[in-house]
Amino acid sequence: MIEVKNITKVYQSGNVETKVLKGISFSISDGEFVAIMGPSGSGKSTLMHILGCLDVPTSGQYFLGEKDVSQLSDDELADIRKKKIGFVFQSFNLLPRTTVLRNVVLPLVCANVSRSERGEIARKSLTKVGLDETLFHHLSNQLSGGEMQRVAIARALVNNPSIILADEPTGNLDSKTGELVLKTFQNLNQQGRTIILITHEKYIAEYAKRIISIKDGEIIEDVLSHHSEAV
Amino acid sequence: MLISDLFEETYFAISANKIRSSLTILGIVIGIGSVIAMISIGQGAAGSIESRIQSMGSNLITVMPGSQRSFSQISSGRGSAQTLTIEDAEIIAQEIPNIQAVAPELSQRYQVVVKGQNTNTRIIGTVSTYPSVKNIEIALGSFISDQNVRSNSKVAVLGPTTRDDLFGENTVPIGQTIRINGINFKVIGITQSKGGTGFGNQDDMIFVPITTAQRFLAGVDYVSTISVQAESSQAMASVQSGITNLLLRLHNIGDPQMADFSILSQQDILESASSITDTMTILLAAIAGISLIVGGIGIMNMMMTTVTERTREIGLRKAIGAKRLDISLQFLAEAVMLTFLGGAMGILLGSGLAFVISFFTGLAVKISLFSIILAFSVSAGIGIGFG
Repeated sequence: MIEVKNITKVYQSGNVETKVLKGISFSISDGEFVAIMGPSGSGKSTLMHILGCLDVPTSGQYFLGEKDVSQLSDDELADIRKKKIGFVFQSFNLLPRTTVLRNVVLPLVCANVSRSERGEIARKSLTKVGLDETLFHHLSNQLSGGEMQRVAIARALVNNPSIILADEPTGNLDSKTGELVLKTFQNLNQQGRTIILITHEKYIAEYAKRIISIKDGEIIEDVLSHHSEAV
Repeated sequence: MLISDLFEETYFAISANKIRSSLTILGIVIGIGSVIAMISIGQGAAGSIESRIQSMGSNLITVMPGSQRSFSQISSGRGSAQTLTIEDAEIIAQEIPNIQAVAPELSQRYQVVVKGQNTNTRIIGTVSTYPSVKNIEIALGSFISDQNVRSNSKVAVLGPTTRDDLFGENTVPIGQTIRINGINFKVIGITQSKGGTGFGNQDDMIFVPITTAQRFLAGVDYVSTISVQAESSQAMASVQSGITNLLLRLHNIGDPQMADFSILSQQDILESASSITDTMTILLAAIAGISLIVGGIGIMNMMMTTVTERTREIGLRKAIGAKRLDISLQFLAEAVMLTFLGGAMGILLGSGLAFVISFFTGLAVKISLFSIILAFSVSAGIGIGFG
């Protein structure tokens, strides 16, 4: 359960104040698949940073679960990211020259999971996103884009987070592999995972069940997608 | 994050960037290696200079004539006085305790001729104790005997270089005749080479009885120096002051400032020589230190690029819930591991280099723990500081 109430974010550079978010409120229940859509400069990335606990809002409240996380310190936010949020980035952000398995294990190392369990959990997670077992010991830079992004999804899943935040996950992929990745998200959602997808493409947003459109730091539309109607 | 995880992460990070890591390590290796090699060479050179001085004779005190002031207050320069005699040397040997041997000598350069070959060399008139005082050994034949000195014998002992010049290398000219300043001398012995070169070569000399030198060559009755060997290095100070007092009394001089002789102990020479070699060691260490600093800057540079190049990775680590401290710790651990690896290899390289140099140049090399600790701690400091 996510609830944001009247969130604003102001960036200060020199004497110039830039108001990126101008009072955004919405709530997302567990198990939803929401797309946040908007053109570049609309504030969606800032919103994602706040939702992902990478940043705190200038004002407003953000409840993650039952807890208000809008005013926590850096280290407390890191703790929340570790336990509750899985990230998938546009540029994958895998460690180069490092094996697939090792990449997926990384969050478990941060979370102090015991050494013996790590490999097992990582393998399960990789299987879940449909990655072939033969690739587990390849170096991450030897994979194709689609494979890399699925490794990144597996890494996001490995800590069993309550939300998965995907920031333009198909931005660096061709449409075919992009579709594969989006289907992976749909599968995960059907398994009960909450997914927030950030994109600027309408047809990508359509893969989600609900679309929140923002423009100039304000919500302009919050609708169910055609996809959800079809289901 | 546990310590073992930290090490594992560090290991993966370093092995994932093999080229960059190895270049960083190389920089440290060269920095540390050069410091150790240079300091080792410097100290080795100091040691070899010291032993060269020791080879001139151990516990040696040299009495030289001072400046002559007998007729006016005009000083004619140190060493010009003609006040030391064989008798002085004999009285020193009799009266001063703790003396091993006393050897007066009169040295002058003359032209030496042998059947068409000729050379100009130093002729030293001396006595039978000279070899023991000056650490000279006889290779062939015998040295000048007391009998030779008493009877003004015209016999000569050649240094090996002189022998080579006059008779050719590895010849045995014993029994042959050489002409020194137009007077025939019979060769009775050859000294062992001491390996000296250049100025003050101790192999390019001819030894004759001192009485012969005084009477037939120079036509004087003084000696140019008296070399005294003390029994031990502890006794040197007392022997030195004993000789001073004795000679002042013998020469009827009341004021020590007016002494017509001067005394130089080997200790003094050693001290000045070691101050020279110390300076040399400092010089070498300074050069090596600069290369260490350069190496250190290399590490800084490498760490900077690592951090900027890996902002993405840092971002990721933050996203998956690593705290600021965890990330700093990881970079620190990487830096420490690189510097320690580099340091260890640098010590090996430096020692190896020092050994190679000593092998090819014959220069004695000392690898001191101090230099190792110094070099290592500097690199570790830089590594930790910048990690």
